[in-house]
Amino acid sequence: MSASGSQQGMTPAPKPEHQSPWAEAEGRLSRALRELGQTSWVVTVLAVVVALVVGAVLILAANRDVQASLSYFFAQPTAFLETAFQVLREAYSALFRGAVFDWQAPSAARSIRPLTETMVYSVPLILAGLGIAIGFRSGMLNIGGQGQIILGATSAGFLGYALSLPVGLHVLLALAGGILGGAIWGGIAGVLKARTGANEVIVTIMLNNIAIYLLAYLLQQQWYKQTGSNQPLSSSVDESAQLFSLLGSGFRLHAGFLIAILATLGVWWLLERSTLGFEFRAIGENPEAARTAGINVPKATALVLVIAGGLAGLGGAAHVLGTEYRLAGGVAGTLGFDAITVALLGRSKPLGTFLAGLLLGGLRAGGVLMQAQTGTPIDIVLVLQAVIVLMIAAPPLVRAIFFLPHADGRPRIRRRSARRKTEAAAGTSSSRQPELQTASTSGASSAEPPSAESSSSESPNSTTQEPGK
Amino acid sequence: MSEQTVSTAAVQADPLKQTATGVRPISWKYPITYAVLAALAVLFVLTIPAGARTHFRLSSGGDFFEIPLVELPSRPAGWILAVILVALAGLAIWQASRRIRTRLWLPLLFGVLFVLAFLVWAGADRGAVIPLVTMLTGALALSVPLIFGAMCGLVGERSGVINIAIEAQLLAGAFLAAVAASVFTSAYMGLVFAPIAGALVGALLVFFSVKYQVNQIIVGVVLNVLIIGLTGYLFSTALTQNPELWNARQQLPRLPIPGLSQIPIIGPVLFNQTILVYLMYLIVGLLNIFLFRSRWGLRTRAVGEHPKAADTVGIKVNRMRVYNVILGGAIAGLGGAFFTIGQGLAFGKEMSAGAGFIALAAMILGRWHPIGALLAALLFGFSTSLGNTLATIGTPVPSEALLMLPYVITIFAVAGFVGRVRPPAANGTPYVK
Repeated sequence: MSASGSQQGMTPAPKPEHQSPWAEAEGRLSRALRELGQTSWVVTVLAVVVALVVGAVLILAANRDVQASLSYFFAQPTAFLETAFQVLREAYSALFRGAVFDWQAPSAARSIRPLTETMVYSVPLILAGLGIAIGFRSGMLNIGGQGQIILGATSAGFLGYALSLPVGLHVLLALAGGILGGAIWGGIAGVLKARTGANEVIVTIMLNNIAIYLLAYLLQQQWYKQTGSNQPLSSSVDESAQLFSLLGSGFRLHAGFLIAILATLGVWWLLERSTLGFEFRAIGENPEAARTAGINVPKATALVLVIAGGLAGLGGAAHVLGTEYRLAGGVAGTLGFDAITVALLGRSKPLGTFLAGLLLGGLRAGGVLMQAQTGTPIDIVLVLQAVIVLMIAAPPLVRAIFFLPHADGRPRIRRRSARRKTEAAAGTSSSRQPELQTASTSGASSAEPPSAESSSSESPNSTTQEPGK
Repeated sequence: MSEQTVSTAAVQADPLKQTATGVRPISWKYPITYAVLAALAVLFVLTIPAGARTHFRLSSGGDFFEIPLVELPSRPAGWILAVILVALAGLAIWQASRRIRTRLWLPLLFGVLFVLAFLVWAGADRGAVIPLVTMLTGALALSVPLIFGAMCGLVGERSGVINIAIEAQLLAGAFLAAVAASVFTSAYMGLVFAPIAGALVGALLVFFSVKYQVNQIIVGVVLNVLIIGLTGYLFSTALTQNPELWNARQQLPRLPIPGLSQIPIIGPVLFNQTILVYLMYLIVGLLNIFLFRSRWGLRTRAVGEHPKAADTVGIKVNRMRVYNVILGGAIAGLGGAFFTIGQGLAFGKEMSAGAGFIALAAMILGRWHPIGALLAALLFGFSTSLGNTLATIGTPVPSEALLMLPYVITIFAVAGFVGRVRPPAANGTPYVK
């Protein structure tokens, strides 16, 4: 095992010499993302479980009743447990009632409203997440969802109230404007990367901030906001430009959700069935090989970010035309960064991204009710989100926490040196015993994901730690 | 030993570049930039109304000796500055044509004079006073977290770990500094705990990126979300329920350095500061020496440029990276402390407000060099401060344009228009044997 491992471990080494480090990092990125795709849905579920446990700890730590019951914990441990259980049940049931089905609602229509709210929140997340997923599949880290959403919202909103057009046309034009705005913003990063090799991570982060100031500037210009007041707030989008409601009054669900479904299908077709999508995936897997195969890599690179930006822009447009109706400085909230989470969670696959968008939309919608009913701040949703993605990005850690076997069915065996760290992270010191046994009975060491490179190259790391100098 | 390995590796890496450096084509980028800016300065002067005057305030409140308001006739002052700028641009063009390397003083002097010319123009006949010292103090205050953040990123990236989580480290530092200072009712305790918070975030970063080899950028982005959520949650619960205990304001006292702090203009700006700012001077200085003159620095750079070579001479690559990122985290944590105890503010939600990303930009613009990053961070801080000042006195230039400036400059920099930026060769690549 370790002999073959060290040989395989050598293989990835020769290439870094001639490549730029960022290109090297990208090769790794696409590999890492492929790995993500290979891991089972079990990891996703377990990651959600870990996140809920972390969230539970936070909820309990901040709750006053729990703190009070903790003060007489040794006298009355059951009281503490009961209170803790009560608090958690309230919080998480509010989360569920806010996101899926409200059994306490006065009418049947009201009780399914949470699910539609989840859909509303998920629309921009899905659309922008799809854009970021395309980038991931093409080996590009598009951190610029935020800026692209802002630009999409900025142009779609402006077209929405500045023009007066017939009903159908106006919406379409405003949406097209949103796509164009986002595509330009993504295209800047794409063209710069294609032509000068400028790293898209840095450029998109910078473009995010530029977009924020651009919107702030525009919202002070009377020709742009057309309100006549000094408030940094635009006028409302005309009725003719609003995305029509799907379920009538009382519900906020709008046609943007249909757009999200269509976009999901479109992106699936683009990535899995079209020539262009094949080129995208090819430059993501191996730009050198793609170039050899005759793919115009700079063009494809630029196009990836143009399309990604267009999708994010569409997300911003749908957000403004369907939900917000008017532009403010913080119109995009943290949508852009949430979209990255969505794409990661959905493993950069269209359907996965769609479901992940629904999950995060649900967390948002549920978080609102949870905040209103139990006073648990909605910020906890961010923590849940981050923990889920961290866990999904490191499947070995999840398996370590839950004592699962390796993904390909082999029993999970870990390196000695790694054991302490992982357990510290998992916080499950009580169940250390079986752990020690597995490790000592079979002294080999491989706890890595399916990728041959990383799993095999792990092992010599532990065995031949230091050659000395 | 390892020095040799690294340099030979560099030769192997770029054989073409090595031979091509015989006669380098003259780079006209900088001279042309100077010429354009000088022309812009002339344009400023031409648009100043005749007889206009610009007022500068050169002292802040409690100075040792007060300098009265300086009142300049805008046009003549503008002309003098513009002529010097044109001369400097001419010098740059001449130097470039003769292949003489321009020294650092030229862009610095040019920058300072250009800003002055801009201020003379912007303040002409506005009826407002341009508070020069206040503006500079504000610039330094805005720069301090950026400088700490840039140093944090630099220590990590020099050893090959991309750190997008600077924002999270600043925020964590700000949070724990405020909480610790409040609980112990001593700002100095905040100073003790802030680096711990930053280091913990750094530890998380390496835990996932070095041990589990998760893409470093992804971990960084997610850690930002995690810390924003965590601090926001704790702020909304414990810190708002019981602010007297958890989030009472504490401020590090100002410690004016006798003598130095009484120099006009720069004295109050640079030497009447809290211990945190003096620490920053110290850290930048030490990093500048140690990164290039010590065993630690050599190893750090070796690990970042060519980990395999470093490994063959017995440097433990991953251990080095772990230590460096945690050290960087501690530095950023200190920078975060400036937001709260450094300015005497209580903790507020997301109070780092993107400073971590500007710090990242400053590090890149400074080409992964402590002094370069310092200058870039100061430039960013100054342009923001200038933007704020202009927003209050009201000028033809929108303040947002100036606030955007750092980001635009950075894009130009990474696109190769402002010199070539080259990250450490192994940056972002996990090391597996």
